[in-house]
Parts: sequence; C-alpha cells; structure tokens
Amino acid sequence: MGDKITFTIDGKDIEADAGQTILEAAEAAHMYIPRLCAHPDLQPYGSCRVCTVLVDGRPQSACTQPVAAGAVVESGTDKVTEIRRQIIEMLFVEGNHYCMFCEKSGNCELQALAYRFGITAPRYPYLFPHRDLDATHPDVFIDRNRCVLCGRCVRASRDVDGKNVFQFVGRGPEKRIAFNSEANLAGTNLDVMDKAVDVCPVGAILRKREGFRIPVGRRAYDHVPIGSDIETTAAK
Amino acid sequence: MTATTESRKIVIEPVTRVEGHGKVTLLLDDESRVKQARLHIVEFRGFERFIQGRPYWELPVLVQRLCGICPVSHHLAAAKTVDRLVGGENLTPTALKMRLLMHHGQFFQSHALHFFHLSSPDLLFGFDADVAVRNVVGVAAKFPDLAVQGVMMRRYGQEVIKATAGKKIHGTGAIPGGINKNLTIEERDTLLAEMDQMLEWSQGAVKVAKDYTLANLDTLAGFGSFDSNHLSLVRQDGAYDIYDGGLRAQDAQGNIIFDHVDNQAYTEYLAEEVRDWSYMKFPFIKSLGPETGWYRVGPLARVNNADYFDTPLAEAERKEFAGVTDGKPCNVTMAYHWARMIELLHSCEKMQELLHDPDLQGEDLVVKGDRRDEAVGIIEAPRGTLFHHYRINEDDQVVMANLIVSTTSNNEPMNRAVQKVAADHISGKPEITEGMLNHVEVAIRAYDPCLSCATHAMGQMPLVVEMVGADGQLIDRKTRG
Repeated sequence: MGDKITFTIDGKDIEADAGQTILEAAEAAHMYIPRLCAHPDLQPYGSCRVCTVLVDGRPQSACTQPVAAGAVVESGTDKVTEIRRQIIEMLFVEGNHYCMFCEKSGNCELQALAYRFGITAPRYPYLFPHRDLDATHPDVFIDRNRCVLCGRCVRASRDVDGKNVFQFVGRGPEKRIAFNSEANLAGTNLDVMDKAVDVCPVGAILRKREGFRIPVGRRAYDHVPIGSDIETTAAK
Repeated sequence: MTATTESRKIVIEPVTRVEGHGKVTLLLDDESRVKQARLHIVEFRGFERFIQGRPYWELPVLVQRLCGICPVSHHLAAAKTVDRLVGGENLTPTALKMRLLMHHGQFFQSHALHFFHLSSPDLLFGFDADVAVRNVVGVAAKFPDLAVQGVMMRRYGQEVIKATAGKKIHGTGAIPGGINKNLTIEERDTLLAEMDQMLEWSQGAVKVAKDYTLANLDTLAGFGSFDSNHLSLVRQDGAYDIYDGGLRAQDAQGNIIFDHVDNQAYTEYLAEEVRDWSYMKFPFIKSLGPETGWYRVGPLARVNNADYFDTPLAEAERKEFAGVTDGKPCNVTMAYHWARMIELLHSCEKMQELLHDPDLQGEDLVVKGDRRDEAVGIIEAPRGTLFHHYRINEDDQVVMANLIVSTTSNNEPMNRAVQKVAADHISGKPEITEGMLNHVEVAIRAYDPCLSCATHAMGQMPLVVEMVGADGQLIDRKTRG
C-alpha cells in the first residue's frame, strides 16, 4: 500500500493506491460503478456481478478485482451497460419483487438500479419461485421473496456482529439464506440492532412494525438516481 | 338486431363507463320478454387469500392495490383496522385530520370522475342519444366548461391525496396508529389558493345534478327504482360521517332497523349469501334474512341516513333533497347522482375547513397501545360502506381477512335495477337497439360500481352484444367500440 499506480477507466487516467479494488479507485475518482453485494463496511464478495467491468477486455467484478498498472477498464460503455442491465433484469425475474407494497420501495438499491438503467420491465420471463417468509423473530422478519443472495447479511453477521446468524444453503436455483438455528429466525441470537439487519440492499430483512414510516418523497432514491452522491461530489 | 321466435340470451359485455369489467345477461323468452336479467362482476379478486402470511403493517399499502380509482378508501379502511391491532385507534389530532383530508380529497376526485366523465354523457345527451356523441369527448365538445371543471376538480382531489398520502395513487400516508407526514405550509397554501374556485364549481355540480333530477323526476322516479333498505355509517350524533361512526340501517319508509352499531360487531348484524351464478356474495341484514334484508349503500343511502351534514352548503342541499320525499328515504335510483354531488360539495367544504386547521402542521403523528389479534375497520368509500376485517397470529402475520366492498353490498340492488330497466325498456320490443341496452348500463352507472377491484381490462372496452338461440347457437353479434 502507498504505491501509486495509474490505469484508465473509459479512457480517463485514474491514479490509485496499489491494492485498491477497481470499484474503490473509481469511487475515489468520483466515478460510480453500480453494485449490490458490495458495501463500504463489509469485505468484498463479488457475488452479484452488477459491478462487472471489462479489464483489458475480460469481464471482472470491480468490487473484488485489484487495480493493475496500465490496465484498460471499460465501465460506462454500451457493452458493459448491457451486461449489467441483463444481470439486474435476471435478479428481478428470479425472485418475487413486488415493489408496490414493499417497505423498502424508494430506499431499495435493486429498484434504484432498475430506475437508473431505465428498466421498465424485464425481458426475461418471471420464474415466480416459491419462497418462504420467516416472521418468528420478535423484532425482525425475513422475506426470501425479495432476497437477491448478495450475502451482505452473511458477512455483516460474521465479520461485524460476530454471530454468524446467516449462511447460504442449497445450490443454483435452490440457494437460499438459512439461519444458525434448528428451526427459524426466532431460534437465533440475532438482535434488532445488529449490523446484519441494516445492510440488506432490498426488502428481504426488515425491522418489524416500522413499515412506511418514511413518507414518499423523503426516501433515498425518490429524487436522485442511485450513485448520485458519488458523482455529485465530482461536480463540486 | 331483430328478435327471433326462439328464446335467446343477450350479453352486454363489458358494461362500459364503469370502473372495471362486468357483463349483463338478459334471457328472453319466445315473445322477447325478459325472463331474467343479471349483472355479473367477472371478478376473482383473491386478496383475502393471498395477503395471508403477510405482516400486518403492510396491509394499508398492500390491500389498496385492489383498485386504482379509490385506493384511498382501502388504504384508510385497512389503516383503521390495523390501528386497532396496535392499540392505536385513538389517533393524534394531526393524524386524524390528515386522514380526513385525504379521504375528502378522495371523495372529491372520485365523485367528480364518476359524474363528469362517466355519467354526464347519459344525462346531458339522453340515454339513447347517438353513441358517437354520448361520451366524454362529446361532453367536451358541447359543454366545454363542464368538461374542464370535471377534469380540474378531479385533479384537485388528486393533489390533496398526494399532499397527504405522498402519491396521487397508492400512497403510503396512513400507517399503523397514525400518519407518516403532516401538511407543510407550502402544501396547505397551494391547495387553499384554488379552494374558492373548487367551492364554486362544486355548487354548480350540485345544481346540474339537482336540476336534471327535478326536471325529469316523473321519468326517473320509475327508472330502475324500487324500495330498499339503506345502510351507512353515521356519527354518534347522527351526522353524516364517511370516516368513522356506527352503522345505521333504515328501511324504505325510514324506520330504523339498527343504529350506531359498533364496527367490531358487524357480523352480528350482517351476513353474506352465496349464489351459484355469481362470484360476488350478496350481503343482507341478518334480522331480515336474505329475501328482504338486502340493502343499498353509497351516496343515496348516506344522504338518506344522515340526520344532517355538519357543513352549511351541503346541509342546505340535503334539506332540499329530503324535501322531495317529505323527509322519507329517497328510493329513486337515479337520485344517486344528486346525492353524490351533495357529497362532493360537502367534501369540498370539509377540505376548506381542514386546510385552515393548524393541527395539520402538528408533529405528533403516531400512537400505539395494547396489541390485539383481531380487528374490524369500517369506512365509507365513495361507492358505499367498506368493511375490512383481519386476524393476525403472534408473529404479526395475517391469518384471516374478510373484505366487503361497496359494490358487493350493492350487488342485489344493481341486479334489481338491471331487471327492472330490462323489463321496462327491452321486454317485448321487436328490435333491440344499442340505446335500449344503454338504459341498462345507465342504471348500473347510477351506483358507480367499482368493478376494477376485480379486473383490469386493457385498451378499448367495446360493448359486445350476442344473441344466442335456445339451442346455444349464436344468432347475431354486434360490437360497439
């Protein structure tokens, strides 16, 4: 660390610290790379692939790929945008994302990405999977219909809360979030103030009885697209 | 279209200029007399089933998706019910008044839409006027001032909803035990700036409906009309109330059947009958039974049932309305429109009153108390009394839901109206015209049924009339589109 290297994103010279990820370096240069599983307080994971960039022509996840001197990175090109759009659309069709009555609507990162990418309807057929809801915990409920398997809760519980409440089970279309208890969420030591409850990018993990307290018009993405904070800083 | 010597069935599908999708079937005998007339709401809503398992705080936002025309009614009925689940039914003044403002905004826009856009073509041009003219575009061409007023009044109501619920359609304002925002000074002043104009237009709308009804009273008195019971909420002192109060039912002569019934006890007084030909149930007053216990809801029932309006302009109009029937309940189906416009005026007056109330700028928005597992919320929707009934488990999930929407309560009355109009205007006629069939729709439109609770048709909604012979063969088919 400390050594400076130079590479390009969409033709623009970027100076970065060696060891930084492409996503971190881009953000420091006020360039927004869309992401879902990445979170500033958590270890990189590279599962959602929304942050896909082309590094010297090869697709890589920007949140896990370290910068390399002289690398040519494509992020805002039509080709990369189309890849990301398809990934986002697939995330929508493989779950049951009913924004219209979701408490997270307006604060949801997946929904905000769809708006940013101008996705009005996915091109792929909806899979309408059967997903379970667990409301047994006194203060938290999990609705797997909305889960995008980003793993933020897994990492937050393990690395920040030190509890390991969440973990993935199953493979492929059967993959889902499970708990470290015999039966249900009530059997875990999850606390309502845990980091794991806070980091869900969608409406899969929510605090109970708090729905819709923030009115329409005062939610994170009601007026500006997701990523505007990073880009707006650049304008200043 | 010419009658044949065979018995036949006429289908009007979908019924036009109503919210949603319904059809009418008329069975004619060998001499073209109407043997049977039925309104079918071709709905399968399913909400009561698929909200099971959802957490209760989603209900005000989720269940309002039943409808895009009057979602505020479902939003508030669900919120009232959920208030009780969290022990928060005694709302703060700010929360209560914000909800009232939202509700009156909803009445204002919904009644304006119904009267000006959907029904006025029949009243202004005649029931069997040329169908090319008898529509909202025709109204805009011949009565441009009226058409503009209708559009602008609807817009105003929608702006009130946006200011209170966050969005014009499917907002999130009402939350368990309260409201999620107050009214800013800027929002208040924007709405008040147009208030005088809205009041003037509202009075004009009452005059149009009243003048039409009185000028044609002899004709309208028999048009799809019949004696019925009337059901609505009334305030504790008997005043007109669309947000809260007890249930009052009176018969066609004005005798009280029950009064100030506690919302939570509605199942002791009302029941629902299932008939094999309809997806919709037929509610009735238990003490009278299904044969005579059916009742009407909506503007006519509310104006009949209320002892008075607590706003001066609407009360003066109510007195004039009641004077026509010497204070007895009015049973003229087409008088729904007049009653509806009196309600529109009242909502305008209430909005004015509320907008001047500083409680709307209060900061105390939510209350909570002792949790309950089961609750009922009843509200007056623009089309009539609306019941929401939920039971939840210890994990806060819905385990039972029962919704009785206004159109369900008006199921039997609408069928009777269809039957009567068909018998009076179609039965025995050698030729059946589009205008004659429109008479049937006019009677349905008087009730302003909200069929969109059920289905959401796309694009044009043509009128299809099919003649089917006794052997089931299609004899003739006409399409109006």
